[in-house]
Amino acid sequence: MTETPQWLDDAAGPVVRPYALIRGRTRSSGDAFDLVATVTVVGEPSGAAAGELGPEQQLILRAARSPISVADVAVELDLPIGVVRVLLGDLRDHGLISVTSPSAARQRSNEGILKEVINGLRAL
Amino acid sequence: MDSGLSDDPVALKILIAGGFGVGKTTLVGAISEIKPLRTEEVLSERGIGVDDIDGVEAKTTTTVAMDFGRITIRDGLVVYLFGTPGQERFWFMWDELSYGALGAVVIADTRRLTDCFPSVDYFEQRGTPFVVAVNCFDGAARHSVDDVRIALDLDPDVPVLLCDVRRRSSAKEVMVTLVEHSLRTLTATG
Repeated sequence: MTETPQWLDDAAGPVVRPYALIRGRTRSSGDAFDLVATVTVVGEPSGAAAGELGPEQQLILRAARSPISVADVAVELDLPIGVVRVLLGDLRDHGLISVTSPSAARQRSNEGILKEVINGLRAL
Repeated sequence: MDSGLSDDPVALKILIAGGFGVGKTTLVGAISEIKPLRTEEVLSERGIGVDDIDGVEAKTTTTVAMDFGRITIRDGLVVYLFGTPGQERFWFMWDELSYGALGAVVIADTRRLTDCFPSVDYFEQRGTPFVVAVNCFDGAARHSVDDVRIALDLDPDVPVLLCDVRRRSSAKEVMVTLVEHSLRTLTATG
């Protein structure tokens, strides 16, 4: 019984199931975060708050030192987007990050930006 | 509002849709750095309605890997590409993906043209600007752009173009055609 169990390989999935990281919650204040919303660190964890942070949340804070999209955070941590949203919601509730949703209507309706994108794509 | 534009980071979403194995991953990879984005979703009621879950009733979550690409146009202006899961059972994810999207590329394979009907219907209903990119696979029977347009019953203003998604230049042309179409749609509607 002290040996490493033989059946524990990659196919068994992560040892800690993703939703265990967020204590089984599937809903949080982060539900509505857009995949391309920008995450930015706005505060330093201090005192009690610092102790409550899990390793994944520490990783997020490190990744978001310069602004990063919600989708990029999920890729960096290799975690499902639903789990990442919950973690981000917690961090925001602690006042450690801001999450800025892109103003869809404004961007879609900005001729200048679209022209810039066209030129940028051509130059790739 | 306009004065702030140069400062705010701008993130644009483009969706890459089409049937299974049609070349979505190849297209995203041809033009951008590509990474798999994991989602683990609770099957919604809508999903269950669409999905055939006979025999697997206990399964209420499903893991999907989406293709995710990023093109940095300049500092503070980034285009994100999302390869939408092809199967109908993942439609519940499309609403989120298409919200605020700049537009969509529907990749079509003329050997299995019906596979892209659901994508075309979806973007038509949502009013999301889209182009149809006909991927010319090696040895695949080639059909003219007009034949594809008729077969898909597309509005005359929807661009249809032939492409080879493995080639970067071809992938670029597809993306440029889409953004130009989005721009035209925008100026037409005011």
